[in-house]
Amino acid sequence: MYPILEKEALAENIWLMKILAPRVARAAQPGQFVIARADEHGERIPLTISDYDAAQGSVTIVIQTIGASTRKICALDAGDALADFVGPLGHPSAFVAARPEELRGKRFIFIAGGVGTAPVYPQVKWLHEHGIEADVIIGAKTRDMLIYTEPMRAVAGNLYITTDDGSEGFHGLVTQRLEQLIAEGKHYDECVAIGPMVMMKFVALTTRKYALKTTVSLNTLMVDGTGMCGACRVTVGGKTRFTCVEGPEFDGHEVDFDEAMRRQGMYRTQEQRAAAIEAEREAGHVCRIGLDK
Amino acid sequence: MANKIPRVPVREQDPALRAANFEEVCYGYNAEEAVLEASRCLHCKKPRCVEACPVGISIPEFIAALQEGRFADAAAIIARDSSLPSICGRVCPQETQCEGSCILGIKGEAVAIGKLERFVGDWKLEHADQTSATPLPARNGHRVAVIGSGPAGLACASDLAKAGYEVTIFEALHKVGGVLVYGIPEFRLPKERIVAREIEEVKRLGVRIETDVVVGRTVTIDSLMDDEGYEAVFIGSGAGLPRFMGIPGENLNGVVSANEFLTRTNLMHAYDSSYDTPIYVGKRVAVVGGGNVAMDAVRTAKRLGAEATIIYRRSEKELPARAEEVHHAREEGIRFRMLTNPVEVLGDERGWVRGLRCVEMELGEPDESGRRAPVVKPGSEFDLECDVVIMALGTSPNPLIASTTEGLETNRRGCITADAEGATTRPGVFAGGDAVTGAATVILAMGAGRTAARAIDAYLKGEKH
Repeated sequence: MYPILEKEALAENIWLMKILAPRVARAAQPGQFVIARADEHGERIPLTISDYDAAQGSVTIVIQTIGASTRKICALDAGDALADFVGPLGHPSAFVAARPEELRGKRFIFIAGGVGTAPVYPQVKWLHEHGIEADVIIGAKTRDMLIYTEPMRAVAGNLYITTDDGSEGFHGLVTQRLEQLIAEGKHYDECVAIGPMVMMKFVALTTRKYALKTTVSLNTLMVDGTGMCGACRVTVGGKTRFTCVEGPEFDGHEVDFDEAMRRQGMYRTQEQRAAAIEAEREAGHVCRIGLDK
Repeated sequence: MANKIPRVPVREQDPALRAANFEEVCYGYNAEEAVLEASRCLHCKKPRCVEACPVGISIPEFIAALQEGRFADAAAIIARDSSLPSICGRVCPQETQCEGSCILGIKGEAVAIGKLERFVGDWKLEHADQTSATPLPARNGHRVAVIGSGPAGLACASDLAKAGYEVTIFEALHKVGGVLVYGIPEFRLPKERIVAREIEEVKRLGVRIETDVVVGRTVTIDSLMDDEGYEAVFIGSGAGLPRFMGIPGENLNGVVSANEFLTRTNLMHAYDSSYDTPIYVGKRVAVVGGGNVAMDAVRTAKRLGAEATIIYRRSEKELPARAEEVHHAREEGIRFRMLTNPVEVLGDERGWVRGLRCVEMELGEPDESGRRAPVVKPGSEFDLECDVVIMALGTSPNPLIASTTEGLETNRRGCITADAEGATTRPGVFAGGDAVTGAATVILAMGAGRTAARAIDAYLKGEKH
């Protein structure tokens, strides 16, 4: 069991949890993820790592409730425990293995969308600790859905906020803000985009125009997360790759996003059905025609 | 005139009933049936069955004990060579091993050695309190890490524990048992009644098991040896990486590996609505492949309510699956489309599978495997309607451990290089089972685990390497 040390609401339906998992905390690097399971009947859910503290033995994750299984994890409180918490999985971000002289002077722009802001944080923090101040664009639907802005400000070079409704920062999309920055004369050597699949798709389309190298982190379906099942297959550069063991980060200009988005929906109807049954149950409804079977 | 008694039939669940449930197909022998079947053994002077057993179990000897009703003795005789009789008695390909070389099989029916082994194994599990009273040896203070809790790892760990070593098994998944829990279905190998009890027995020997540890990510072989004080490591990580065909449409929604389909049902209990993991079964399922995993997948799909078909590119004679599994599958209403090979998965406008474009095959000259190679019949292309395609084309070892361990060599198929004793190219690191051989059988993996345990013992006593 993996005790939940802290739990905090970051926004509506977005929770931060600090988990006691010393082995994972010792090994974690920016760009990696974990798989968590709420209880013995739970699903294995891949989640990105938003921070880790080897000394404390803790790993921080940020979860948005999108289905029955994420709701189950988010229903737990500090003092409760997760049945399983395995990782770190996937490869660390490429810059972690780069030689210091390769990184020196490199200008990064990170583009973080929604709950994807959380996994951007440890990457920007790592670069900050290695003497590189990366610029960051954080985008959200509205002001109340912005997360991690203050921690990010402490480690980023310039921080740019965008909201779809203009309730805070730039009124518009992250891609528009990026184009504006480039138009203003900003020059970047590398872009890292993490957020909803559709955002990453459009960031990649935008940066292609500027021949700006772009890395994306894919949040595909997974069961085991160790290369066993192949649920996470994506087409990158015309070849099938396993996100769990070969990713999660890939060249954004090579990813077939339309296929990746379609594959994300593979179990959606089942998940919606499960969520609907769960909601009914919570409302005290007892199914008499066996739909919950 | 023992050989005049016909082979004692084994009781099985009615095919019509079992095609809709996950309970075990075969009920096995009761004591009376087992003793009667045991009486058929001729006790050959030069027992061919023992030679044909990958681990050389003293088959006539355990059968003699069984025939005399000395069940505990029979269990002890098997235990000299096999640590998982309840499991091997169920999943071994006996028809090509022990039973395949039984003298009685030449003119009539072989002794049901597998079913007898299973009876003895199950009897031992049910009487664990009487049979496992043997005191454990004193701990010798040496630590060994075992990677993977499948047949190879469990066998290696239990032998090392019996020799006094402090053993920790590191398992990547949340549940112990490897392929025994994620791969082989409940209807062929009951998880709680059999697998969990075999694992309890390993724990009773003092073996520690840590789940949720992915070696190569959470820890490395180097960190286990340098930081955690393990003096030797056994790699029994299996062959878990699924293969795909590389044909168009393979990434459509509805195409899954057999590993994914079986993991969702077996490990994650997707067939049970009290578990959260979803599974997509569809109405018509095509399973591509002809091995045991293909049979497991197709029979699972049938049990989940689909019309299920095997698509195999050679003929029935070449099916690599066990004869018993093919027979059971047929009884359960599985369709077989032999000499058929998919060339494209067809999708609808939403990107979901709507069919499989196939070609018919015919058998030509024998290939390097000795089997006649399938060749495409010209102009034979046709479309098969289905909404789920399960690829059961075999698996290869996961490169994760080899790629994170310096000095650990692999061959071009990604298998870890190891000698007959299990020693790898890294001193102190041993390996066995599917990680070394590529996908093979439970009994070979178990045998390799035991061989490596002896080699590790010798290595740590400074006798070798």
